[in-house]
Amino acid sequence: MQDFGYIAAKTVSEAVALLDEKGQTARILAGGTDLIVQVREARRDVDWMIDIKSIPEVNVLDYNADTGLTLGAAVECFKIYAVDEICDAYPGLIDATKIIGGTAIQGRAGVGGNLCNASPAADCIPPLIVLNASCVIAGPNGERELPAEQFCTGPGQTALENGEMLVSLKIPAPASNSSSFYLRFIPRNEMDIAVVGAGASVTLDDAKQTIVSARIALGAVAPTPLFAEEASALLTGREVSDATIDEAAQAAQAIARPISDMRGTAEQRTHLVGVLTRRALNGAIQRIRDAA
Amino acid sequence: MTENKEYKVVGTRPIRHDGVDKVTGRALYGADFQIAGLLHGRVLRSPHAHARILSIDTSRAEALPGVKGVVTAADLPTAEDRIADLGEGAVNLKYLCDNIFASDKALYKGHAVAAVAATNPHIAEEACTLIDVEYEVLPPVLEVRQAMEPDAPLLHENIKTTSMGETAEEPSNVASHIQHKLGDPEKGFAEADIVIERDFVTGTVHQGYIEPHNATAHFNQDGQLTIWCSTQGAFTVREQVAEILQHPISKIKVVPMEIGGGFGGKISVYIKPVAALLAKKTGKPVKVLMSRTDVFEGTGPTPASYIRVKMGATKAGKITAAEAYLAFEAGAYPGSPVGPGAMCIFAPYNIENVIIDGYDVVVNKPKTAPYRAPGAPNAAFGSETVLDEIAEELGIDPLEIRLINAAKEGDRRADGPIHPRIGFIETVEAAKSHPHYTAPNGKKHHGRGIASGYWFNIGLESSVTINVNADGTINLIEGSTDIGGTRSSIAMQAAEVLDIPAESVNPSVVDTNSVGYTAVTGGSRTTYATGYAAYEAAQDVKRKMIERAAKLWEVDESNVQFADGVFSSINGKEEQISFRDLCGRLGETGGPVVGSGTVNPGGAGGAYATHIVDVVVDEETGKVEVLRYTAVQDAGKAIHPSYVEGQIQGGAVQGIGWALNEEYIYNDEGEMTNASFLDYRMPTCLDLPMIDAVIVEVPNPGHPYGVRGVGEVPIVPPMAAIANAIYDAIGIRMTELPMSPNRLLKAMGKI
Repeated sequence: MQDFGYIAAKTVSEAVALLDEKGQTARILAGGTDLIVQVREARRDVDWMIDIKSIPEVNVLDYNADTGLTLGAAVECFKIYAVDEICDAYPGLIDATKIIGGTAIQGRAGVGGNLCNASPAADCIPPLIVLNASCVIAGPNGERELPAEQFCTGPGQTALENGEMLVSLKIPAPASNSSSFYLRFIPRNEMDIAVVGAGASVTLDDAKQTIVSARIALGAVAPTPLFAEEASALLTGREVSDATIDEAAQAAQAIARPISDMRGTAEQRTHLVGVLTRRALNGAIQRIRDAA
Repeated sequence: MTENKEYKVVGTRPIRHDGVDKVTGRALYGADFQIAGLLHGRVLRSPHAHARILSIDTSRAEALPGVKGVVTAADLPTAEDRIADLGEGAVNLKYLCDNIFASDKALYKGHAVAAVAATNPHIAEEACTLIDVEYEVLPPVLEVRQAMEPDAPLLHENIKTTSMGETAEEPSNVASHIQHKLGDPEKGFAEADIVIERDFVTGTVHQGYIEPHNATAHFNQDGQLTIWCSTQGAFTVREQVAEILQHPISKIKVVPMEIGGGFGGKISVYIKPVAALLAKKTGKPVKVLMSRTDVFEGTGPTPASYIRVKMGATKAGKITAAEAYLAFEAGAYPGSPVGPGAMCIFAPYNIENVIIDGYDVVVNKPKTAPYRAPGAPNAAFGSETVLDEIAEELGIDPLEIRLINAAKEGDRRADGPIHPRIGFIETVEAAKSHPHYTAPNGKKHHGRGIASGYWFNIGLESSVTINVNADGTINLIEGSTDIGGTRSSIAMQAAEVLDIPAESVNPSVVDTNSVGYTAVTGGSRTTYATGYAAYEAAQDVKRKMIERAAKLWEVDESNVQFADGVFSSINGKEEQISFRDLCGRLGETGGPVVGSGTVNPGGAGGAYATHIVDVVVDEETGKVEVLRYTAVQDAGKAIHPSYVEGQIQGGAVQGIGWALNEEYIYNDEGEMTNASFLDYRMPTCLDLPMIDAVIVEVPNPGHPYGVRGVGEVPIVPPMAAIANAIYDAIGIRMTELPMSPNRLLKAMGKI
């Protein structure tokens, strides 16, 4: 393991100044469940780790039924799924927080870190995309916001500029008759990285028969998690049926650009996009109907 | 379990002697070992699967502050191309040395090339990156059938196929060909009403022990070498290191630390000679640890194989002939377990006409090492799947067809030996009457499969010394690494003889200077053979204690008997003394009592298992879920039933992993792309049902309590049992391992 420096920043501006000063070989340390492993295995060259865990803004976990959720970038998974209101409002995000690593990892790892690590297979990113999450970014030139689907730019690459850091995520309050669902395919039942992941959010009409709107996102089938825009749009105003869901699943398959690797082949992944999109949509619809 | 009436200690379930230390984290493993002045060693490994080494320049590494020594193949004594017998079979010394450090060629990615000792592990790691190795990259050979092609690139210029005593003219990747023949196979197939022939492919799989290899070595000024390490056999480490370093065994002491799993993978040495070389060069103790990636890439897995099985049977289900072609990948150097595979493949059955051909083939992968019943699981995947298909075609229940053909005492195995008393029929009968076999199984995409398996087990040498304590307890000194609770199962055999509780035995696994020669913990031999030695040592103690009682009472030894823990005088004097009280009077009757037992027993007795498994297949994703699992096995006599069950469950679970997801995945350059527990997918507890272990006891006449080895045979049936269950679920015969979701989707025509 290489030598590196460690600094615990106390404020967002201090962290931003440090990032700006140290440049590309400085990394933010939050849960560390990706970063420390990458450094130990010499997969990432890091000269400075800037610990943000004592900055108040990155530890905010605030849910309001009118304004939605503010989720600090360093909030660990276990704190999120401990809040019943958040579980009820964003079940698709909760699905993801409960399958990252195991219980011990969930005590350290957070949604913000999962996003910033920018793995194409990250479990939290498709739910953030389907839930219309917005990324609050602080930098030398102040603060800006970016939709979750625009945050990742390639494997391990993000839209963060030099000196910028993710402060929090904002997720709008859920509409009535809406729900969300995330699932992944792994060959085992735990301790795996998604071969394919699929998230869906759905809003139904009051009769719970017609889709008012839907969003679908996919993981591990392209260099970044994908927002399946066309597949999502074609569901608007459609009655819930197997045929409609199949149509959306096929449209989702059409945008998948998977590779073959040790976790799965391209054909397998394209096939699974169809299966998982159907299951994610049906899962979200079932949750709306079950909520009665 | 039937109630234990015959014995007082044997067959009970005392708490294991090493249990508290292990669950409280106090047991000392190799990586825990500390000593003053310790240096840390790291190994540089070849990034290429097949390359000629043109030069190695260590000068930049040596110049790094903190580096105390660098070693390469040049530091090994010149290895001759000769055969050395190292207790677990003959080994070619040149290959043994070349596997420690590549000399002329690197033969697999991860092949050790050099090693560094430094004042801390980080400096050692950095120094490895400063060693300049010039390679001429050669095309790799990564698959057994490809390696057997006449125009395949050659790994070794000097390997020429030996076939039944003859050696070929031209070099080849096929190191050897073996053949076993019984009866007249051609005639047997002609007599069959049905003949089925299928091809099978199995992947490379690792033992997956949780503790990586480790070794700390210290060379004294007088040439005395001490090695503290994790191993399945301290004596085999001593022999291998002695051969590799050309250092006398009398000057090597190997101290076995606790072991975090081995399953066969901790018999061959890798970094132990490296630590010794670094210790010699630096004059300081040196500790070398492997990472998980090192373990996957640099140590022996069990081989991938290509297998063709042909079996013929009459309408009544009697097998008339069987034929097998087994081609096993040996890895970089000859020595795959194709031999044991050929011995086991048809061993559950009494077949008159058999022909088995086995090929040992080198490929650019790590040299294979033993793994639980080495060779037998690959072979049984083929034979047990074909037999299932025959049963199905004939409309015969799969357990029934096994009973029709079951081997029993007096029948001959195709490779020669006559079966002693064996318990195969009893395992099939127990499976048949188990509620699992008759439970409903009709749901869509649900399936049930069964398969059987055989492992021959081994005996080999073991030594035990017993020191009697004044308080009526005994200290039992042994040389067998305790992997699966053998401290207890060995102690219990001594306790039974001396009629003392298991808790009154203090077992210690000691170093090679402190106990008589003891072969490795492997071959399912430890409870059998070291237990046998403990039995003999306890008998020796009993004899000596009788002498002491006789002395005490001034009677002839023949007038003293020992029963129910009490020595008593017969014929005249009415004297009695308990074992415990007599222990307190040893000083006055002639001094301490020490008993010893040494054995090399020949009657290991084969073990059989029959497994039943239920699965459900997700038709959309190709994922197989194991719902219920019952493993029936003949243990001869279960000394400690909990640890027998543990062995059965562990073997079944490793078989489930082998069946469904475990495999080395290689890219075209011969790099393993999944060298971590993340992507080398062993089953976790969430992937498994409870494994119901059913112990059948058909006592082995070759052991005083009837013990048969139990550790290996449970990994033999699972792959075929699961393949048969998948067939029952979706009507498709899977012939390639692992039966991963991707392969199932393909087989179902979904992709």
